[in-house]
Amino acid sequence: MIKTVAELSALREKHLSAIALRDGSKALASVKCEYKRNVLVCGGTGCTSSNSRKIVEALKREIKANGIENEVKVVTTGCFGLCALGPIMIVYPEGSFYSMVKVEDIPEIVKEHFVNGNVVTRLLFQETVGEGGKVKSLNETDFYRKQIRVALRNCGVIDPEDITEYIARDGYQALAKCLTEYTPDEVIKVVSDSGLRGRGGGGFPTGRKWALCAPNKADQKYVVCNADEGDPGAFMDRSVLEGDPHCLIEAMAIAGYAVGATQGYVYVRAEYPIAVNRLQKAIEDARAEGLLGKNLFGTDFDFDMEVRLGAGAFVCGEETALMTSIEGNRGEPRPRPPFPAVKGLFGKPTVENNVETFANVPQIILKGAEWFASMGTENAKGTKVFALGGKINNTGLVEIPMGTTLREIVEEIGGGVPNGKSFKAAQAGGPSGGCIPASLIDTPVDYDNLTKVGCMIGSGGLIAMDEDTCMVDMAKFFLEFTVDESCGKCTPCRVGIKRLLEILDRITEGNGTLEDIDRMEELCNYIKANSLCGLGQTAPNPVLSTIRFFRDEYVAHVVDKKCPAGVCKNLLNYVINRDKCIGCGLCAKACPAEAITRTDYIAPGHKLASFSIDTTKCVKCGACIDSCKKIKAIYKD
Amino acid sequence: MQKKISNHPFNGTAEQAEKLAAVINQNKHDKSKLMAVMQEAQSIYGYLPYEVQKMIADGMDIPIEKVFGVSTFYAQFSLTPKGEYNISICLGTACYVKGAGLIFDKFSEKLGIGAEECTADGKFSLTACRCIGACGLAPVLTVNEEVYGRLGVSDVESILAKYR
Repeated sequence: MIKTVAELSALREKHLSAIALRDGSKALASVKCEYKRNVLVCGGTGCTSSNSRKIVEALKREIKANGIENEVKVVTTGCFGLCALGPIMIVYPEGSFYSMVKVEDIPEIVKEHFVNGNVVTRLLFQETVGEGGKVKSLNETDFYRKQIRVALRNCGVIDPEDITEYIARDGYQALAKCLTEYTPDEVIKVVSDSGLRGRGGGGFPTGRKWALCAPNKADQKYVVCNADEGDPGAFMDRSVLEGDPHCLIEAMAIAGYAVGATQGYVYVRAEYPIAVNRLQKAIEDARAEGLLGKNLFGTDFDFDMEVRLGAGAFVCGEETALMTSIEGNRGEPRPRPPFPAVKGLFGKPTVENNVETFANVPQIILKGAEWFASMGTENAKGTKVFALGGKINNTGLVEIPMGTTLREIVEEIGGGVPNGKSFKAAQAGGPSGGCIPASLIDTPVDYDNLTKVGCMIGSGGLIAMDEDTCMVDMAKFFLEFTVDESCGKCTPCRVGIKRLLEILDRITEGNGTLEDIDRMEELCNYIKANSLCGLGQTAPNPVLSTIRFFRDEYVAHVVDKKCPAGVCKNLLNYVINRDKCIGCGLCAKACPAEAITRTDYIAPGHKLASFSIDTTKCVKCGACIDSCKKIKAIYKD
Repeated sequence: MQKKISNHPFNGTAEQAEKLAAVINQNKHDKSKLMAVMQEAQSIYGYLPYEVQKMIADGMDIPIEKVFGVSTFYAQFSLTPKGEYNISICLGTACYVKGAGLIFDKFSEKLGIGAEECTADGKFSLTACRCIGACGLAPVLTVNEEVYGRLGVSDVESILAKYR
């Protein structure tokens, strides 16, 4: 049980040797390490899906077989961010970055690297291998160079299931500092001065949120963490929960102290089983160490917390809907006022923040408001985690200072668009956000700049799209999502976005008119202005922003009845170029609708008669194009 | 989201009923735990037919219409049984951009069932799920607990073959 700051610091000193090897800071250079090598294997959802658990088993087996158990420690960590290259394994002190590791490679790595001391260059992430086989550090690669890790500082560094590793990385020091050195008002002042704003989408200043709740008197107040990360394509909250759960616990306790709450709730999506298990274990460990419970650090401050699981409703990411759901109801939002700071969970004053927002708090307390405010832009301080996805080479998580341009994110960090295609737009903020077209690629990404172009940071999902993406289809995709997820409580959202979707359906089927585009704009603005909660207020954004930047594509759909990107099935035909067709017949075999037959036309220079597609029978499945990859005689028109 | 309601007859066992009763007893003092009880119930029975919802309503002393309101509100609660192998295809943005929709259509065509449906032999069921957070591996699907990533339409046949 830890009862004083001195005990916490003693525990930190004691366990420094466990993490010194991978800490990387000069301060720990002199600390003697327990092991000669630390092998870090990613145990996040991405890498676990590509079998990192088997890698860990194989490593342990081989290390034992070579008799070096006392020299090499295997640690399962949270996400390193570069999920596209999973499973990922990093070996310290060298910092060797092995990517897409296979179980078959493990004996060689253990023997050559761990026993003989020769890095297996062939199996490294090739970007870390410089000229003449010189191995570069991870931080010199394009993906990591521009990153500054605040919220993710422990992800991929510590074992999330071991509380001592968190403590060795200054864990719970911020809580200790708040309880013993600051008054609640002083804590709020530090957070306010840092300029931290909500990372879940709203961007509301965190300090102000706490200050609104603090003065309200009640027998019970609550701190709620919104971990219902529902935006498709965003997974930073999951990474924090999986890679650094104690950081969230510490931050929530700090928030509890600042606003006078003694009970916390974390509302996590049930789709994140690894995150839920680790968080639950972390809460139990913190309780066992006396870091949750009664009289923390010998003060009269009590704080405890509980995990509640969501059940797959996107609207529960909205703050009032989330509270309604914790109370055991259909997760429908409530009108505001009264605001949660006055009347929130179970009718009591409540502060609700997102996981990533909380994850910044301990560092702000330890390093000071000025340090945090020195990063970022005028109105957006600090860093933001983005989840890069879609048509981009380096898919994964990156944490970069606010105000980094979209070009840097897509071209440098993300490594550009694959297969030589050109970048068309990025979709930010998921179904509530909008797109940023290639023409605005030099926009510095922060709250205000994205709002200016009709977009939003949202929770930080960033999906890259190339020339093969149809923007009308994309808008339709997001609307299908929001129509599905609308809770049905208010009419503008329930009926309005359904009507929007019907118009979009009409357009993608080739039955739209020019008036439809104007009608959609009018309806969008009405829905935005009149919906009850954030879901409805932002649901029209994908439509508005695609109309704004890609109106010509809408016009092509309604006037020319063509889909320029070749996506909308009703607007395209598959055609065989009869002069290119060599008459092999593979396409006819592949066709599920028997729509392809041989003609009697033999192209000059060919021996067999060409084929043609009966468009009345064609189901537009694309199987023929796949079958004709060599000759490329079939195209979409 | 429109929920499909099962027309399979309910055949819960006494053992399952006992398990559920224990869960209800543990939580009935706190009505805000309704969702947690329903999640446990679904893991016991595999789905939430009317009969199970009635047991929860009676046990927790919560009106059945409220339980039904909750079960139909959240996507995770299924009112239809799942197949022996539940194929869950992620249709999140990252997967969709990379062609997950086509993969879903292929499964649907091969199995002759739509979303939230189960094949007549009870072997396969098909679910279109929301982002599972493995966007780096897009497009992704899961068959029960097994994850398949970086897929193409041509992988559909071989995945099905593994379970047939």
